[in-house]
Amino acid sequence: MASPSLMDTLFQRGLDDIIKGVRHQQSSTECIFISRVIEEIRREIKSTDLQTKSTALQKLTYLNSIHFIDMSWASFHAIECISSPTFSHKKIGYLAISQSFSESTPVILLISNQLRKDLKSGNEFEVSLALDCLSRIGTVDLCRDLASEVFILMSSSKVFIRKKAIGVVLKLFEKYPDAVRVCFKKLVESLEGSDSPIVSAVVGVFCELSAKDPRSYLPLAPEFYRILVDSKNNWVLIKVLKIFVKLAPLEPRLAKRLVEPICDHMRKTGAKSLVFECIRTVVTSFTEYESAMKLAAAKIREFLMEDDPNLKYLGLHAISIMAPKHLWAVLENKDVVIQSLSDEDPNIKLESLRLVMAMASESNLMETCRVLVNYALKSDPDFCNEILGSILSTCCQNVYEVIIDFDWYVSLLGEMSRIPNCKKGEEIENQLIDIGMRVKDVRPELVRIARDLLIDPALLGNPFLHRLLSAAAWVCGEYVEFSRNPVELMEALLQPRTSLLPSSIRTVYMQSAFKILIFCIHSYFLQKEDMTSEVSDLSSKRECSESSDLATGKALVQSDQDEGFNPRESNQSYEYPSVVDTGDGQSSTPTFMEKKSLMHESIVNLLNLMELVLSPLSGSLDVEIQERACNVLGFMELVQQEFSNPLIRKEANLDREEVIVSRVVEWVHDGFTEELGPVSVTAQDRVPIPDELVLKENLTDLEAICGGVELPAPGSFSLTSPYYGESAVFSVSNLQAEEDSEPSTESTSLLTEHRKRHELYYLPSEKNKIPANDYPPANDPSSSINTNDATEDLVKLADQSLVSKRKPNHAKPRPVVVKLEEGEAAPVVSKKPELKDDLLSGAIHDILLGNEVKAASSQGNPSDKSSSKRKGKAKHVDLLDSKENLAVGEQPNHENPSSRRSKHRGDGKQKSKKSKGKKNGDGREDDGEKESQKIRDHHGRHKSRQRADAPINVVPQTPDIPDYLL
Amino acid sequence: MIQFVLLISRQGKVRLTKWYSPYTQKERSKVIRELSGVILTRGPKLCNFVEWRGLKVVYKRYASLYFCMCIDQDDNELEVLEIIHHFVEILDRYFGSVCELDLIFNFHKAYYVLDEILIAGELQESSKKTVARLIAAQDSLVETAKEQASSISNIIAQATK
Repeated sequence: MASPSLMDTLFQRGLDDIIKGVRHQQSSTECIFISRVIEEIRREIKSTDLQTKSTALQKLTYLNSIHFIDMSWASFHAIECISSPTFSHKKIGYLAISQSFSESTPVILLISNQLRKDLKSGNEFEVSLALDCLSRIGTVDLCRDLASEVFILMSSSKVFIRKKAIGVVLKLFEKYPDAVRVCFKKLVESLEGSDSPIVSAVVGVFCELSAKDPRSYLPLAPEFYRILVDSKNNWVLIKVLKIFVKLAPLEPRLAKRLVEPICDHMRKTGAKSLVFECIRTVVTSFTEYESAMKLAAAKIREFLMEDDPNLKYLGLHAISIMAPKHLWAVLENKDVVIQSLSDEDPNIKLESLRLVMAMASESNLMETCRVLVNYALKSDPDFCNEILGSILSTCCQNVYEVIIDFDWYVSLLGEMSRIPNCKKGEEIENQLIDIGMRVKDVRPELVRIARDLLIDPALLGNPFLHRLLSAAAWVCGEYVEFSRNPVELMEALLQPRTSLLPSSIRTVYMQSAFKILIFCIHSYFLQKEDMTSEVSDLSSKRECSESSDLATGKALVQSDQDEGFNPRESNQSYEYPSVVDTGDGQSSTPTFMEKKSLMHESIVNLLNLMELVLSPLSGSLDVEIQERACNVLGFMELVQQEFSNPLIRKEANLDREEVIVSRVVEWVHDGFTEELGPVSVTAQDRVPIPDELVLKENLTDLEAICGGVELPAPGSFSLTSPYYGESAVFSVSNLQAEEDSEPSTESTSLLTEHRKRHELYYLPSEKNKIPANDYPPANDPSSSINTNDATEDLVKLADQSLVSKRKPNHAKPRPVVVKLEEGEAAPVVSKKPELKDDLLSGAIHDILLGNEVKAASSQGNPSDKSSSKRKGKAKHVDLLDSKENLAVGEQPNHENPSSRRSKHRGDGKQKSKKSKGKKNGDGREDDGEKESQKIRDHHGRHKSRQRADAPINVVPQTPDIPDYLL
Repeated sequence: MIQFVLLISRQGKVRLTKWYSPYTQKERSKVIRELSGVILTRGPKLCNFVEWRGLKVVYKRYASLYFCMCIDQDDNELEVLEIIHHFVEILDRYFGSVCELDLIFNFHKAYYVLDEILIAGELQESSKKTVARLIAAQDSLVETAKEQASSISNIIAQATK
């Protein structure tokens, strides 16, 4: 064993050799060289000679930190090195440990003893090594075991050790909050020195601590204030300012005292870092102090005027903090902000972009967007998308609050989608649909924009815009009645390049095409009807449509005669005219009709086009596409008989079929034109459940009946699937299927029954993209009327929460934007603070306010090793506590001091809760005493125990904090 | 709090890494790759701050080396620039006009210097003199230890154990 070790020692390559060796390698051979070295190290590191071992470890550490070679396998060897008596070995070992150990390192517990030994060492440098190491790798266990050693070191005579120990305290508190009991007082005492590294270190620790939970450190405000006024060290001042930023919002009285010294620093100091920190402090926390804000703004202006890009960036950053409350600061520096948009530094550009958007208001939005879009066209893709993104997010804030002219905005959206680098398809998609649903008045323009987008074949090639195109397609289908030329739309939707789209979007295209088809056929029927009833001469001139016109006339007559015989039919025919009058399409249908009356041929052409495009798709591999293609084709088969060649059809069948076709088209059309406004997410919850509604019973019934039918998961659009399958049957074999369906759909009708009775609790399914959904189920004479009522109810329901805040007081009245008062913004989930922090803040709060209850009560806790120490510590109770002690002192009749104190504390809590009104002055104290005396007998013991058991994150009551600063 | 300190050469070679928050080995190399991509491509006249994953990276180039420190969102960027400068000045004083090669061949010493300046991600010593004194004292300790270890008698003792 000795000889290889000797060989290794004598011929071992040192760190320098390795570094030189790596540097001489080409990048290709580097890996091989390193792996060879690692082999070597693996051998050397097992040596019993610590010199050899530590050299090997040093080499490995080098490779690990520079070349990221794994060194976790050498953890144990590192521990061996730190246990060496030789300082150089120790140092190498500690470096290796602090570079490579993590919480999950298995051997980490083994160093606990060695660390303790080194922390107690007489050699100050060994102590410092151990402290550095602990600050880097401290785990819960290590921190718990070594807390007392660190505490002792905090009173070391050597400044350099003391300072490091204070640095380690941060880690200690983070991992092991109970350490607070031991160390916190010492920490606070350390604040009291004058300008020294110690104060700097302590302030650093408090700066970190207060970032997590500022409230606990409020009592220390006077100390920090003294440092703020006295200290000459800029770095310390910066940290203190950071602490005050956190404290100021909690204690309004602080601000008044702080503003002066801060402004003082701002005026006097030459250090930019301190000036900036002062500015930031003022603009975040002291916004209501006019003079301070003015001074800060002036300093920001100075920053902006400098050539240094750093100062410029920070200046812009500071303004953007001010922007929400003090827009004047932005406007004052408008020139610089706009100028910075073309700065070469992307960070500065980004910052100025934020500011430009902050300046945007109703009045200048159009101008701003115009400028920005021009910038976007010129700039690089990243920044271009940043610009577009910020335009989009600014405009949609608070339900499009800033936008007055929606026509303009919609066309801006269209323009933005055509910017070559645009990757914001998804956002634009959402906004197009959102605006379409919310703003009625903008729909014609929206359809126009959507048409332009759909027709452009170039856009189909850009995958980033596919989402946007799906929105355009949806808009065209949904609001087709505003279109000038539906046929053109149809051609756009069915153009061959749509094969470039992903299937999910293609299905949207197909669905929209279907909607347009329905719309066209429906208007064709309407037109025809008008003609038959008003000017039959005119229609008779058109030869080819003559017979079908007649047929419609007959059909209408017949359906009138049928009244009473078939209730559903009659209902439909009653509804027929009413829908025409009130339907959404009504207002614009005339414009479309005037422009281009739909000829019979054009419908036939449409049908042919659709069949041509969709037939191949019915064999598509994608289920969704195939399904839709089949549905549409099935429907077309039904309709086509009407349009194919009326002369050949058998006379007997003619009338009946005519009725069916027109009626089916009618129904589907009704379904599509049904307006479905946005519904608040919480709307459903607000519906009170009526007494007669027995949800459970009915559902079990349903289960028995629909056993075979798979019910959709709750939450998805419900109850559509039973119809879904049926619809396919229906549309393929037209008339017969309808009659057949009546007996065969018992379960369906039961569902419908249920739906009819509790219409309100069903989601309106009219808007569903499944066409057959709109077909009224069998045995349901009043279904369509009911549905309408239900929708009205829903609308009423939603109306309660619909608010249109803005009054139209502009030259061009702002269209109504439908908003929901809640459920718009994602519910803010208040994040629970971590348990650790709670423990920490609770512990600190206890210590700071001299609250020893917990200490006393947790003495029974075996894990609490430091409890014995604490007893001694209880003697130097804080100054803050003395007041409370006095109060206790007036109560002579108590068994033992510790329980007395705890009781008092418990009552104090109760007291401050009970007498909230009388917080101020001494009266509070007396009140509290009386109160507490009364309660003590009943609650005393119980209370204190409760306090101990309860989670300690009780928010400290403000009255606990006296006027420190006054 | 300073999350980590990186020294990267202009060619993208890493010269020093110090992590004050836990990062796994995998994350470390990812962070370095990501950041050197961002920082090395930035022009000379741009500002010294980069926003990155909700944190901020303050960097400054000295000769061929980029000194980078990653800090929290509300830390003071200018202060960190000063800390970087402080670090560089101390290195300069220690090595006697420091160059990249010094840091390459004395990588461990660079760590020791850094350890005297920062602890747990906080600045601990703002006096250059003090740091220099502490480092020198430790160096002499290491030297004596080394002399002992490398003495012939020691090697023989080791070998014949």
